[in-house]
This record gives sequence, C-alpha cells and structure tokens, in this order.
Amino acid sequence: MKREYQVVIVGGGPAGLAAAVRAYDKGARDILILEREARLGGILNQCIHNGFGLTRFRESLTGPEYARRFEREVRARGIAAMTDTTVLSLTRDREVTAVNPEEGVFTVRAGAVVLAMGCRERSRGALNVPGTRPAGIYSAGTAQKYVNVKGYMPGKEVVILGSGDIGLIMARRMTLEGAKVRAVCEIMPHSSGLRRNIAQCLDDFGIPLYLNHTITKIEGEKRVTGVVVSEVDENRQPVPGTEMHFDCDTVLFSVGLIPENELTKSAGIPLSPGTRGAVVYENRETDAPGIFACGNVLQVHDLVDFVSEEAEIAGGAAADFALGKGVEHGDAVGCRNGQDVTYVLPQRIDRRPGNSVKVFFRVAREMRNCRAVAESGGKVLAERRRRIVVPGEMETLLIPEEKLAEADGEIVVRIAED
Amino acid sequence: MFDVIVIGGGVIGGAVLRELTKYKCTACLVEKEHDVCMGQSKANSGIVHAGFDAAEGTNKARFNVLGNAMMSAYAEELGVAYKNIGSLVVAFSEGELGTLSALKERGERNGVGGLEIWNRARLKGAEPHISEGALGALYAPTAGIVCPYCLTIAAIGNAMDNGAALECDFDVVSVRKEGGGFIICAADGREVRGRVAVNCAGLGAGKISAMFGDDTLRIGGRRGEYLLLDRADGDFVSHTLFFTPTRKGKGVLITPTADGNLLLGPTAEEVKGGSTETTAEGIMSVIAKASEMCEGIPFRDVITSFAGVRAYSETHDFVLGESERAEGLFQCAGIESPGLTSAPAIAKYTAEKIAARLALEKNPHFDGRRTPDHFFKGLSREEQNALVRADPAYGKIVCRCEEVTEGEIVRAIRRNPPARDIDGVKRRTRAGMGRCQSGFCQPHVAELLARELGLPLDGVTKCGAGSEILKGVSK
Repeated sequence: MKREYQVVIVGGGPAGLAAAVRAYDKGARDILILEREARLGGILNQCIHNGFGLTRFRESLTGPEYARRFEREVRARGIAAMTDTTVLSLTRDREVTAVNPEEGVFTVRAGAVVLAMGCRERSRGALNVPGTRPAGIYSAGTAQKYVNVKGYMPGKEVVILGSGDIGLIMARRMTLEGAKVRAVCEIMPHSSGLRRNIAQCLDDFGIPLYLNHTITKIEGEKRVTGVVVSEVDENRQPVPGTEMHFDCDTVLFSVGLIPENELTKSAGIPLSPGTRGAVVYENRETDAPGIFACGNVLQVHDLVDFVSEEAEIAGGAAADFALGKGVEHGDAVGCRNGQDVTYVLPQRIDRRPGNSVKVFFRVAREMRNCRAVAESGGKVLAERRRRIVVPGEMETLLIPEEKLAEADGEIVVRIAED
Repeated sequence: MFDVIVIGGGVIGGAVLRELTKYKCTACLVEKEHDVCMGQSKANSGIVHAGFDAAEGTNKARFNVLGNAMMSAYAEELGVAYKNIGSLVVAFSEGELGTLSALKERGERNGVGGLEIWNRARLKGAEPHISEGALGALYAPTAGIVCPYCLTIAAIGNAMDNGAALECDFDVVSVRKEGGGFIICAADGREVRGRVAVNCAGLGAGKISAMFGDDTLRIGGRRGEYLLLDRADGDFVSHTLFFTPTRKGKGVLITPTADGNLLLGPTAEEVKGGSTETTAEGIMSVIAKASEMCEGIPFRDVITSFAGVRAYSETHDFVLGESERAEGLFQCAGIESPGLTSAPAIAKYTAEKIAARLALEKNPHFDGRRTPDHFFKGLSREEQNALVRADPAYGKIVCRCEEVTEGEIVRAIRRNPPARDIDGVKRRTRAGMGRCQSGFCQPHVAELLARELGLPLDGVTKCGAGSEILKGVSK
C-alpha cells in the first residue's frame, strides 16, 4: 500500500466524510480515510430515527441516509478509505500508525491530518452513582446499537438518567419496541437535549421527565431490579426524604459526551478544558501545524448538519496546507468565554484580510431576552439579540472581517441580560 | 477420586492449586461462581506489601515477608504485571512520626530490608502532589503493585495447563466423609471426591470449615470502596501512599495500579454477607481522605467506582495448616491484607504440608510459565505483524480504550481457564476496563462469546446465569 498521502483523515463518520469531500474539492488528490468500524458512517449508522439534514438539505433524513449521501460523494471522488482500521498513534510531524487485519501495523506520512474521531459517552462509573454493578446498565448509545443494529433488547423496564439527545431518542425507541420507560431523570434544572426531542420523544409518549432529580442507588445483584431516584438541591446534592423507588431491569445513562482525544493528547496537542477538544484556530488547525480537528472530537455538536459544516472548514484548510497554501498564524488573537458562557470555539482567531469568523459557544444556563456579545479591548465586535438561550443548544456569533481587524487583544464572548 | 480438592478460586486457591501441580497428584478446584476470581481477589488494592504492618511472630508477618520476596519471580513466570514501585507511609503529626519509627523497627524485626524515614523535603521531592500537612514518611523499597485478578487467573490457568481440573458454578452445600476421603456436593447435585481438601473459600471459609466438622473458624467481612481513575493519571503518584495506620487499619491509600490507572481507596465497613454495592457515603469518604493526602487529584477522570469485601478471621491472623478438628482439611482462611502478597508463600507452605501428608513425589513435567492474556500492545511491530499474518483477528482492535484485539479475546475464551462471560473477558484481556467502560466494545465482545460458546446473543451473560445482558429480540 501507499505510505504517503496528502491528507489523512482519522475517522470515517460524518466529520471525516465531509472533510474528505471538501479536501478533494479544494485540490487534494491523495486522501486516505481511516475508519475503525466495518463501514463508513460512524455513529450515524445506528441512528435510524429521522430529523438529520433539516438544516443542510432541507429534508428529514435518517442517520444512515445522511451518512450514505456523504459516502456516495466520497466514492464518486475515488477517495481511499480503509475500514476495520484503528489508528494507534499520531506524531506532531504527522506520522499516523494504524492496524488492520490485512495490513497489520503500518505507518503513513501525511501532508496534513484531519482528526475526526468523534466522542464517547460518559459512563455510569464516571458519575460515581452508588449501588451494585449488575447486568442491565448501559450507556444510551450502547443500548441503541443493540436495538437498532443487533436487533436485541437490552431490557424491558427502563429508567434513564440524563436527558441528552441520545437518551431522549432511546426513550422513544425503547417504547416503540415494547419496553416500558418509567422515568427520565435529569440532575440539572434543564434538559441538555433539544427542545424538539423533549416534545417528540417524551411528551408524545407520556414519559415523565424529572428535572432536578438523579439516581442515588442502583439495586440488583445479577440483573438490575430497581433504582432509587432523589431530588437534588441547588448544589446538585440529593435531598434526604425525597427518595422515589422505581422497579426496572435496565438503567440507561445519557449523561454527556466526551471528545475522544487520546490520540490528540499523545501527539502533544493542547486541549481546551471547556470543549475537551483541541485548541484551534478558525480554520480548525490545532497547535500542531498541519493537524486539523473537526466534528465531535473538537466540540460536541447538537446536529450532524453543523458537524458537516465544521468538517468542511477543516477539510478545506487541510488541503490548503498539504498543497503549500497553509495559513500563517502570526497575527492571531485569543478568544475565550466570559459571563454565562461555558466555552467558545475557535480559541484563536487570525486577523487577516477576508476572514470573517463564526464563533461557536454554549451558555451556562437558560436565559431570556439577552444579548450575545463579542468584545475586545472595550470594543464590541459582534452582538446578537436572543429571545432565549439554553445550555443544550449551541449559539453562534459572526465577527465580520472589518470588526476583527479592530480587535485589540483577547476577544471575550459573554451574555448580557437586559 | 482426586488427591486434593481446592475450594475457592481466588488468589489463594489459585496459587495453592498451581503449587500442587508441582507434585505428582490429581487436583481439582471448585468455585461457586461462574468464573474464577469473583470475590475479594478481583476487587482489592493490588499492593505487594513490604511487611512492617503485622506484629512479629504472626502468620501475617511471616508470610508477608516471604511472599514479598517471591512475588517478582512468581508474577514474571505467570506473565503478570508486577512493578516494584515502593511504598510510603505518610505522617501528618508528630505522633504519627513516632508511629513511623515504631513501624520501621517492627519491619526490621520482621526482616523487611531497606526501610528509611524520609523528611518532608524528600517526600515532597518524590511526590510533588503530597499535601501541605505531610511531615514525613516511612519509605519501603521492597513494596510493589501487581494485578490481583491477572495473578489469580494466570495461576489457575497454569495449574490447568499442568493437569489440574476446574469446576465452576460449584456451590458447595455439603461434605460427607467416605473411605479415606471426602465427597463434596454442590447445590446442583454435582459431586467431587478427594483424599484431602483445602479451604480457600474467602468469606465462605467458616461455613465450609463447619461442613467438614470444624466449626471453630469465625469469618467476618469488611467492605472497601474504591475509585479508579483514567490511565492518563497513572503517574499522579509514583509510590503507593498510605496514611499512618491506626487501630482501625491502614485506611485509604493512593496508588498507581500495575495496569497504569490511579486507584483511591478503600473504605472499611463491617458487613454481613458479601454485597459489594457502593454507597454515596463511601465514595464521599474516599474522595475526602484522598484529598487529605494529595492536592489536585483529577477526580474528573474517575472511570469507575467499585467495592470488594475482605474476609478476616476473628483472630485477625491467617488461619493455616491442617485443621485440628477435621482431619484432611487444610485451612487457608482469614486471608485479609497482606493476603495477596502472601499468596505464593501460603501456597508453597500449604502444598508442602499436603505433599508430606499424602507422600507426593515431585512432578518432573511441571512447566510454570504462562503468557499474558493482553499482550499484543506490548509486542514489537515485527512480532505484531507476524501474528496478524498468522491470524488476522489480531489486526482488529475491539477495545479501543485498552487496545485489545479480537485475537486476544478469542484466545482468552479458548485457553485455560476459559472466559465464559463479559466480565471474564474483561478481567483477562482488559476489554471494557478502560475509560468508556465497555460502551463501545461490549456488543462486539458479546458476539465473540456467542460465536465461541455456541450461544444466541441474548444467552451471553455478564457474570453467569441471571445476568444475561439482553432481554430477547427487538420487534
């Protein structure tokens, strides 16, 4: 096999596929996608519900349909893709080592690398939920794989902790498959899922959502037999005396996604504590020249449509870099979160002609009738009125080229309540 | 009729079984769970203690020091990770500094070499995260860490390779004396016969002993809760850090594990029965105590919490040797800390006693070597590629977090002692033991188990009957 490529893309999910297509369209020809699963498409392959593509294609697709659209584009361009291939290591000077059953362990040199590994689900263990450790405890995505791909039911009576989108989708899915979903518990006063999913997955099926509640005990020796659910106070501590008991044989966890950046870290690329993804410039280039990141490995997105959009930025920039047209970051400023904002991306912004930058961020709490503001050195660079902002939905602000030129030092993004 | 029946497939039972195969004899291990290593041997601190804790003259002191000296070779022969990292007992008051000196003197009387008292500066130099209040420490260079479940599984597997038999799901409910030996009966009606028996039944040792006619053994249980952190934090400390012991025990420790994680715990709570549930109070107390020892512990990186129950005898010393009341029953009971460290020495002692009793000859064909279950990651690239060419399953990574290949998982299901459930695969190969806690790999591991064992996917269990991972097919 070839040992040198212009662009190597780690991950063949929605981010990797869109990055590959854009890299090709920007002139790169030697492109290799490395995907650890048996087929391209990533987690979309198990998301058989619809609602994908509303923003991008103005139609409602299932996950596999959305993935196939991009896979067809990849195939049409003759882009090489190796499946069942796991990347083992990455160096700062863009040597990618991977393994698969045909080639064994091999190393390829890349003109540019796009990191598109996606994310993993936070597990029960990471939350320190007390109780026993029997069968019947799954992250929502694992349950989704069993039901939608393998055709098996993880359980029949279900309590779900966390109201992330996968948990909400699985509440509906398990119900449609004949299971009884007794409750969805959310420790925060608000759901981290999309509002449309609360309506379509819980309300439409009469599944109760307990905000400010968490599971305080899991019971059962061999198999889950029940859970204790308690209300929590403003410090998210269980309130004694509020315990409710639910009989169930299954507990699903949908308590957040963690970008899978072990490779990124091994290459010595700095991460942002806010996103848990790489610190990047607006072209999605990391601290290591020629290594780019996009999609859920960079920041956890709400919609795959936005993943594709971000991947196109990274894929295009990777092609530019590989073709010797990379961006010099000499005149970059920092960008960080201010009041009521939990993170911003990109964290570094180049001030250069023709560069208008869309900043992505999340808010710390639900707020109404407010303004999102990007400021630098006392000057307002961008401002946007918002009727409502919630932590579960990503916000954006566009800083136009001419305003960016006025940036005087670090840019801070904050929410102002009127 | 076997020569020897070993009851209990923990680290002690496993070590005894393997030691017995060094003699010309037939031996069978019976284990009440679906797999071996299901009790305290799978959920403990994994510390190889130096040997200054126990009072001189006790079995604990004697076997700790002997076992410590044997552990490096024992683990290496069995292909198990052992690291001689040394331990530090940290003092937070003048009174505790005094205790350190007493521990050092006791250790020296027990035969522990190399003990040193370190001042704060030296301690801080070695452990930069140590908290402000730490005044000094007792350094023990002979202490180390080992993977307790790998050690148990490897010993049993190696004993089986040398001819020993294993019966799982064998819950001993009664014992009859017959002829020159015993008939040992399981709840499901199975029987095994042996000339002598070894009681390595952990929490159940009192009950087992009574079935043989010795009701003098009193066994209690103490639950310990732990937090395990990501491998990214395995170098947060470089030694095992203990608090200065009090009458209540050694308390919470902070240590790297032999597999490179960071481990905090255990609590110590008296329990009846063997429930290993964790509690909010226990987890909070581990966090609080660990935070007294070190600053800046990355609790955000906790990947799981768990608990184990340690069995102890009322005398708080190991109960070893042939029972005075039940002829032919050899006790290995009350094996609390430092039981893991002592295991090779206890096994040697017990096997020698049995060999003398049964006049056993040495087995000239004994081969003590075993290769690890999780090994692909550690090979050179040439070795990896040779393996993939021979069996492409070694080129497929199933567990991305711990880098475990399909080839390793299939091998663990086929070799001794065979993995028969999801947890069994996890303990042997580490698939599912990493930061995603099996979220990605479980469906794949389940399919491999189903294929190898000839089961439908919903027949695969987490840890034996009643723990089926799935509940039928979807619509």
